[in-house]
Amino acid sequence: MSFLEKFGLKKKKEDDLEQGLEKTRSGFLDKLGKTLVGKDTIDDDVLDDLEEVLITSDVGVSTTLEIIKRIEERVARDKYVSSKQLQNMLREEIIGLLRENDDARPAAFDAELRHKPHVIMVVGVNGVGKTTTIGKLAHHYKLAGKNVILGAGDTFRAGAVDQLKIWSERADVPMIQQGPGADPAAVAYDTVASAKSKNSDVVLVDTAGRLHNKKALMDELSKIKRSMGKVVENAPHEVLLVLDASTGQNAMQQAKAFTSAVDITGLALTKLDGTAKGGIVLGISRELDVPVKYIGVGEKIEQLQVFNRTAFVNALFGDEIQLS
Amino acid sequence: MFEDLSKKLETAFKSVTGQAKITDVNIAETVREIRRALLDADVNYEVAREMTRKVKDQALGSGVLQSVSPGQQFTKIVYDNLVEVLGQEREDINYGTKPPTVILIAGLQGSGKTTFTGKLARMLKEEGKNPLMAAADVYRPAAIDQLKTLGEQIELPVYSIEEKDAIRTAKEAVQFAKKNAHDVVIIDTAGRMHVDETMMNEVAGIKKAVTPDEILFVVDSMTGQDAVNTALEFNKRIDYNGVVLTKLDGDTRGGAALSIRNVVNKPIKFISTGEKLDTISAFYPERMAQRILGMGDVVSLVEKAQQQYDEEQAKKLQSKIKSEEFNLEDFYEQLQQLKKMGSMKDLAGMIPGMNKQLEDVEIDDDTLKPIEAIINSMTPEERRNPNILNGSRRKRIAKGSGTTVRDINDLIKQFSQMKKMMKTMTKMNKAGRAMEGLKNLPMMGGRR
Repeated sequence: MSFLEKFGLKKKKEDDLEQGLEKTRSGFLDKLGKTLVGKDTIDDDVLDDLEEVLITSDVGVSTTLEIIKRIEERVARDKYVSSKQLQNMLREEIIGLLRENDDARPAAFDAELRHKPHVIMVVGVNGVGKTTTIGKLAHHYKLAGKNVILGAGDTFRAGAVDQLKIWSERADVPMIQQGPGADPAAVAYDTVASAKSKNSDVVLVDTAGRLHNKKALMDELSKIKRSMGKVVENAPHEVLLVLDASTGQNAMQQAKAFTSAVDITGLALTKLDGTAKGGIVLGISRELDVPVKYIGVGEKIEQLQVFNRTAFVNALFGDEIQLS
Repeated sequence: MFEDLSKKLETAFKSVTGQAKITDVNIAETVREIRRALLDADVNYEVAREMTRKVKDQALGSGVLQSVSPGQQFTKIVYDNLVEVLGQEREDINYGTKPPTVILIAGLQGSGKTTFTGKLARMLKEEGKNPLMAAADVYRPAAIDQLKTLGEQIELPVYSIEEKDAIRTAKEAVQFAKKNAHDVVIIDTAGRMHVDETMMNEVAGIKKAVTPDEILFVVDSMTGQDAVNTALEFNKRIDYNGVVLTKLDGDTRGGAALSIRNVVNKPIKFISTGEKLDTISAFYPERMAQRILGMGDVVSLVEKAQQQYDEEQAKKLQSKIKSEEFNLEDFYEQLQQLKKMGSMKDLAGMIPGMNKQLEDVEIDDDTLKPIEAIINSMTPEERRNPNILNGSRRKRIAKGSGTTVRDINDLIKQFSQMKKMMKTMTKMNKAGRAMEGLKNLPMMGGRR
């Protein structure tokens, strides 16, 4: 409660706005060093800084308060004797919010897949990078020795099929398409059917970007999903929601709406090569119980990585994400 | 879902009603909720802090209006500040002194530049211009195809070249426009990260090569805290004239708009709200402010109530309710007061928390007509004392008002329920509170 009271009330040092915005966070974990031995509370200054780091990383108010509550409880219970310990507690608590991958849907590209073909449907709002992510996933699966096939299910946006076509050429994998304006459910069906007959390992089905509050479009997505199940039982085995790291709190609404339409099983967080931190995935992963599987860190075909929880949490506090 | 700010504010308001001045104490909770609302809406952390501090300073010590609570009044001050920061009047595109006017479109990947380019071209065509679009996104696979497809849809040409050279594309497009009587050239560029030095140099190079009359920075309205970083960096590199907010047909609260205005002080010139090419419109700061605060139009309710609610009458009413004298005559007067304030749906929608519930409900103003008719068909005696309404009186009223006895029974029943409810409500002189009672009335469509 003490924090809640402080939240929004306490006058902070009057930073110049510009200066504040450009303030680097790299030193946050170091700042924890001011603490004394054997403490069972955390200094207000540290909590203030923590709040700022989390909020400015798009973690959101609710999740930020949750993290602060957890760390306060943890410290009250365990005490800490060094700033290193406090850092570790903080890391652990935040990492604990992020769900782990489940065995049926491994993130590693060379992992054995239970289903053949293993069908992955890729969804998200407009402009998050679905098609690019599919191109990169195809490349990585192919490198790992898998037979991959793509389905050009975005039949709506001008140029989308051409765009995926270019990625399929770059990754050197086949792509199934129909004419412009074709029924995306039919494209998805065809793709899975083709994968089955060709004995492919992995199917990646693209879908048109859609805002999650448009009911008709979300219904269409459910229909696309069902169409795949008609060819291969339980397909798609994965529904990957692509989120743009620069998206703020609206990402939570997106994730909820897509979950209720197509029951997403994992997240891909794109555009982490900028300055955005993508902190909203902490709340999403926790609340919807889905793992973050991949991150996108550039426009090149190899610039996709399997998500690493520790690296992500380090990046929240200013350490660089290792770019491949 | 976001917790409903309006609901929380209602609670916050309750604790401060009836106090004479806005003080640290009586708006503490409101200040906290406002700050949280801003952060939930993705307003930048520093901007939110700055904004709440500024507003609090303005509000402290100011006298409280009689008809609203300090919390409500404070909210109005916040709203007014948001509107002010977001920009007062509509700003149009800068047209060059001699044609062609060159418009450069820039932004991050996936912000909606290409779609916006198509929308803008279509709008300018409608206005009688003859735009040319230039496909200077030479990197993203099929970006040129995408623009060409849009060009076909709106029957406008797209200039592109074989070589992957954005600067040359832009230059040649302007030359082409001069020769072919295009009075506007809209240059679509590749999405780029603000930290990508090479790409930022490229867009600065395009600017230098074609000296645009107008540079628009396109931003996804769902952008979070990072909006300020990108807006600042693009501004530093290309000094744009205006901002375009896209994807506002989603349910984002759009705090990025406020953050950007705050740090770069460039007007928001257009908003884009859909995939169809005619979904482009001018920017209205008031709507954006309400959206960011995530509340029904509580501010205009406060204003309207201030203007139109007769304090005297309210006091009279209050004492009547206390002494259980509130009758159908008073109820009728209340209805007339309400009607003065606007349409029922508008009015009910302004009550915090009601907007959502009203989405699928049709309240038309005729809802009140049968009620009025019934009351009009009563004798003054009956209005003052509904208890005397026996069977034959009810039959007569039904006939007179063109309703059924059942309708009369319902109204009387609801009226006595309302009376009971109102008795329990305190502070009847607060217009907001009086209106609140109404939303629980079944006949007002308060329940689906």
